[in-house]
Amino acid sequence: MITRVLAQLGGFGVSALSSIGRAHLLILNMLSGLSDIIRRPRLLIDQLYSVGVLTILIIAVAGLFVGMVLGLQGYYILSRFGGETALGLMVAASLVRELGPVLTALLFAGRAGSALTAEIGLMKATEQLSGLEMMAVDPKHRVLSPRFFAGLISVPLLAAMFSCLGIFGGWLVGGGMLGVDQAAFWNGMQGGIDFSDDLVNGFIKSVVFGVVCTWIAIYQGYDCIPTSEGVSRATTRTVVHSSLAVLGLDFVLTALMFG
Amino acid sequence: MNDATSTNQTPLVQIRDLHFSRGNRKIFDGINMDIPRGKVTAIMGPSGTGKTTLLKLIGGQLQPDSGDIYVDGQHVNTLSNKALYQLRMRMGMLFQSGALLTDLTVFDNVAFPLREHTKLSESMIRKLVLLKLEAVGLRGARDLMPSELSGGMARRVALARAIALDPMMIMYDEPFTGQDPISMGVLVQLIRKLNDAARISSIMVSHDVAETMQIADWVYVISEGKVIESGSPEQLRSQGGEWTQQFIQGLPDGPVPFHFPADDLAKDLGACL
Repeated sequence: MITRVLAQLGGFGVSALSSIGRAHLLILNMLSGLSDIIRRPRLLIDQLYSVGVLTILIIAVAGLFVGMVLGLQGYYILSRFGGETALGLMVAASLVRELGPVLTALLFAGRAGSALTAEIGLMKATEQLSGLEMMAVDPKHRVLSPRFFAGLISVPLLAAMFSCLGIFGGWLVGGGMLGVDQAAFWNGMQGGIDFSDDLVNGFIKSVVFGVVCTWIAIYQGYDCIPTSEGVSRATTRTVVHSSLAVLGLDFVLTALMFG
Repeated sequence: MNDATSTNQTPLVQIRDLHFSRGNRKIFDGINMDIPRGKVTAIMGPSGTGKTTLLKLIGGQLQPDSGDIYVDGQHVNTLSNKALYQLRMRMGMLFQSGALLTDLTVFDNVAFPLREHTKLSESMIRKLVLLKLEAVGLRGARDLMPSELSGGMARRVALARAIALDPMMIMYDEPFTGQDPISMGVLVQLIRKLNDAARISSIMVSHDVAETMQIADWVYVISEGKVIESGSPEQLRSQGGEWTQQFIQGLPDGPVPFHFPADDLAKDLGACL
């Protein structure tokens, strides 16, 4: 009984380490595909559209509503202490430091990450990746690398968009509906938000999340069992692993940046 | 039986003492093969014997456990990645599913290898693509998407793509599986004609006996990791061993038994009573 449990644990450990090793080899291969992208930027532009542009709608809507909720909740709390004028700062700091990068990454994993995994998994199941190899075209450079860099570029831009629309939503509710002083709202934000502490750190977070989410999505698609069930499981794993990785990394990064 | 190496030329593909396993399952147990140049060579055997795996080993997509594979004199399993990709530019492969890129039209699929590997102008690529599509009878389907093609048409487009770079050899993975009689007849004719007209060497993996024997110059029969027999289709028909005869004629019982190994029936029935 104990031997069997130990054997299972050992097997799980070996399998996990092997998977981590393959994932790292894959990211090295994708990074080495940068030269191909520089030579043929069209590959990247196409993926920026499908990975980034097609995710704008969900990011915009989510950003707006999150900002509106922040404005509403913030107003209720701050007004208890007569601090409504700090609403702009509260909304902006929450979005730029935390909610913008984190929620963008979670939404990106759900919309673009799952699509990437399914697409690559189906390409594998229908032998398109093998077909590319036999046509002397490296699928890691031709297919995976442009998607990876598109994710890396898209997430920070989407996070910036999320934060901007969130601030706009907060202003709509705070300044428009609840009558918070407009000047105080914007001046508080301008005075309280620090370029390096808030904007740069938020940007670094979104870059890290972009790399991690896209890497997980591509790896899961490329490494999946090439059957409909295998692709389905890989897609689920993408969303679960990405979400957990984003939340865990957010804590680590926050501790490092603001600790 | 005579070996394919009896031709004057060096064989295009030489396989020596090839061993390959998946997990604990042995797929190839020391097989040797010579694939001659300019001929249609068929590799036949029951499902699950590793015929597709053999094509992947020849194409360098899989690494053997031991043994050597030479393609046009190059030792495939020791080639660098760059050299392997150079070699693959001279190979074509027709996958069982066609493996067309689903986001590209028929035209763009056939143009794909030309755009990737040559610096030809778009007007030249257009002419070449239309000629390749004409060769497979699908010039009129150039604007269709792969999802709009029948299985037979998809394989013909894949064939046009496989010959786009005028390769020295084409590997066909179960080209006739799931085809209606007309599509099958078209593919049979195309494979033979392309082989002869373009002086390509063809390796065809199949278990469709009638169609394969119709166009093959040389046949290898493999089973349980070994080459059972090899020879011309006529030789196999007239002099093939018991196993080969059962396979060729599709007999339900013989060296490959109809019954899965089990205890004595009477004993089994007795146990139930």
